[in-house]
Amino acid sequence: MTPQDNDIGEALCDQVRHAFEQRTPLRIVGGDTRAFYGNAVEGAPLSLAEHRGIVHYDPVELIVTVRAGTPLEALEHTLAENRQMLPFEPPRFGPGSTVGGAVATGLSGPRRPWAGAVRDFVLGTRVITQEGKLLRFGGEVMKNVAGYDVSRLMVGAQGTLGVIADVSFKVLPIPTARHSLRLAMPLDEALKTLAALGREPLPITAAAWYASELFLRLEGGQSSVAATCERLGGDALEDDFWTALRDQRLDFFTLQPSESLWRLSLPPNTPPLALDADDSAQLYDWGGSQRWLKTTQDAVSLRAACVQAGGHATCFRRAAPSIAPFTPLDPVVAKYHANVKATLDAHGIFNPGRLYPAL
Amino acid sequence: MNILFDERLDGELTRRDKREVLNALQHAAPTLTLLYREEDLRPFECDGLSAYRVLPMLVALPENLDQVEALLKCCFALGVPVVTRGAGTGLSGGALPLEQGVLLVMSRFNKILTVDPDARLARVQPGVRNLAISEAAAPYGLYYAPDPSSQIACSIGGNVAENAGGVHCLKYGLTVHNVLRVDILTIEGERMTLGSEALDAPGFDLLALFTGSEGMLGVVTEITVKLLPKPETAKVLMASFDDIEKAGRAVGDIIAAGIIPGGLEMMDRLAIKAAEDFLHAGYPLDVEAILLCELDGVEADVDDDCATVREVLTHAGAVKIQQARDDAERAIFWAGRKNAFPAVGRMSPDYYCMDGTIPRRELPRVLKGIAELSEQSGLLVANVFHAGDGNMHPLILFDANKEGELALAEEVGGKILELCVAAGGSITGEHGVGREKINQMCSQFQADELTFFHNVKAAFDAQRLLNPGKNIPTLARCAEFGAMHVHNNDLPHPELPRF
Repeated sequence: MTPQDNDIGEALCDQVRHAFEQRTPLRIVGGDTRAFYGNAVEGAPLSLAEHRGIVHYDPVELIVTVRAGTPLEALEHTLAENRQMLPFEPPRFGPGSTVGGAVATGLSGPRRPWAGAVRDFVLGTRVITQEGKLLRFGGEVMKNVAGYDVSRLMVGAQGTLGVIADVSFKVLPIPTARHSLRLAMPLDEALKTLAALGREPLPITAAAWYASELFLRLEGGQSSVAATCERLGGDALEDDFWTALRDQRLDFFTLQPSESLWRLSLPPNTPPLALDADDSAQLYDWGGSQRWLKTTQDAVSLRAACVQAGGHATCFRRAAPSIAPFTPLDPVVAKYHANVKATLDAHGIFNPGRLYPAL
Repeated sequence: MNILFDERLDGELTRRDKREVLNALQHAAPTLTLLYREEDLRPFECDGLSAYRVLPMLVALPENLDQVEALLKCCFALGVPVVTRGAGTGLSGGALPLEQGVLLVMSRFNKILTVDPDARLARVQPGVRNLAISEAAAPYGLYYAPDPSSQIACSIGGNVAENAGGVHCLKYGLTVHNVLRVDILTIEGERMTLGSEALDAPGFDLLALFTGSEGMLGVVTEITVKLLPKPETAKVLMASFDDIEKAGRAVGDIIAAGIIPGGLEMMDRLAIKAAEDFLHAGYPLDVEAILLCELDGVEADVDDDCATVREVLTHAGAVKIQQARDDAERAIFWAGRKNAFPAVGRMSPDYYCMDGTIPRRELPRVLKGIAELSEQSGLLVANVFHAGDGNMHPLILFDANKEGELALAEEVGGKILELCVAAGGSITGEHGVGREKINQMCSQFQADELTFFHNVKAAFDAQRLLNPGKNIPTLARCAEFGAMHVHNNDLPHPELPRF
């Protein structure tokens, strides 16, 4: 317990109940570091910043339960003191980035293809419903298939279905050994190399490519990391590279005023797409499954290319608010999204429009 | 406690004449195989929870998507319930038929459509057996990780419906962690794809919501799974303990040492004896518990980890530690555990398998509670335990031919699950709620939470035609069984009738 620990769950429930009765929309806010991600929300702020603290942490159980307003930095610091981590490496877009924001946006860092995403490590949540009730789903156990998986439904829903008050995560030990390296390599060769390495049980936990270099992180036991390091060669790379990539602090992420930053999510082993951009405007992360693109290309053609390849494109940082942030949903899928929204948020009080105008 | 569908508690179902439904389906899908004679329906009257049997009105065995679509549209129009079934190996009665319903059997959807070694994924139909995926991926050095004990027989569609686990979950996750995409037919017969071959998809994570939803939200028609490179090596240690609590603590110690084993299983004295009598796996018979700890990965790391784990086990008070000398011996060590259920089945005419999960630290208290329940009831209980992730499988031994023993076994089982809930756990870790644990859901969830679940269901199936009566109990059922949380002596929903 730190002096900042604070449970304002009841006050939050009151505020939601009031909004439900008055039918006034709420803009759910933690550290307010992710407001750029998705459409702007008009509504009275519902701040979770004061709802913070680790509720329960038993390192031997590999489970931590934490209030949504807890800064990611504070949580990850406590875990690191016990040589544990959130394996999905949630990005921080400022010192105030909170646990609730990380879960609501569902964004994961460089380790994602190997370890899993935010939703893979969420074991339970306590959620404030539209009626202002605090309900518990999932819990502090590794396996739980009782009822529907409401906790995972909340991950990435950006607060449009309810307010995430507390989250229980599965955590993992920090690997014993870590080594990062860089290899000069053109893109096509890098993609071939990654596909071949991916079929072997190697201790790779991050793989990125940009500016004619392949960047790899190895994590695991001392012996396997040393052996793989020797096999792959290359120059040593500071581990900070991965946090800078995770938080978009690399030089690459500097945008011209007319440019948007796009996040292309594509099936593994997708060849380079035909885009109006040269290689220097692209950064490949997640072994090629997540690509960052700086461009002025129109959303329609860009999204069409990604959908054609079996993926989707998110306008992560938008040059103009008129660009829809997320790829439009197929009509049947959109119908069931609307049904879910209508039943869980009948009056549209939770972050209305943040994901899609109709939600 | 009878758990068969009770319209007073579980909601009314539309009554249609069997001939009318049969005619309508034959008209809607002329090529669809439909079974309607009692002797043809008989094999489908139960799933793996064989204590409960209901003859379905009709059984449909579609072979293509158009037939499934036509069937669903027809049943939707008539208001006829649809229960979807895969291989029928589920242990919670999730595929238990309804007298007034159609049983939609997906076993003929049994093709592996693609295996892509470079993208490390496989696209399969829902009737494909779990193990068949790993067999198809094996030539590329890849495999599908979740391995429920029934993996030889169970189908991947059923795995998705139940969010099936296995002995390697702690390290490699459940079904939800290993499925990338599912194609769905809704109750209205619409086609929809959830998830993506990419690592995420826009919108809500409906893929996660559908995984483990027990066929209540839609019918899974195709599945894309993630394949993993086979670990270079796997080694297994077997540690014996003269005290089950010491074994429980050893599990925590291994994890505290920063090691995540590929598998970490515990068996108690009775389970060890059953397995040893059945398979002669070389398990020691004079101990209270054994731990099986499998370490997998790159050879050099596994050797280091084996050394660390041996040290931890010795320190934790293991009386004997054996390491399987080769893959053959490793397979024998595992055979005892993987066949623990049938092994126990040989000791007793019947057994009832529970599936509760608990925080690991609660293990000693819960085991003590189980021992007390066993003593009070006079029924033996063997414990096998996915120790790494806190998933217990107490097996209650009974004889259904003895008056009252099935009811007694169910009562003990119910109490064991309530112990798990009281310890902060769950009534089901991997077998699902189905029909079996429908009443215990009332002790794990409050009325508001159950209502929330019903609202989720209504978003996809407002008429409650998909697998009605499974997974989520009605408030009327909870009121009847009285297990619902009662705060300050206020009975929730006093307006509900009690039967």
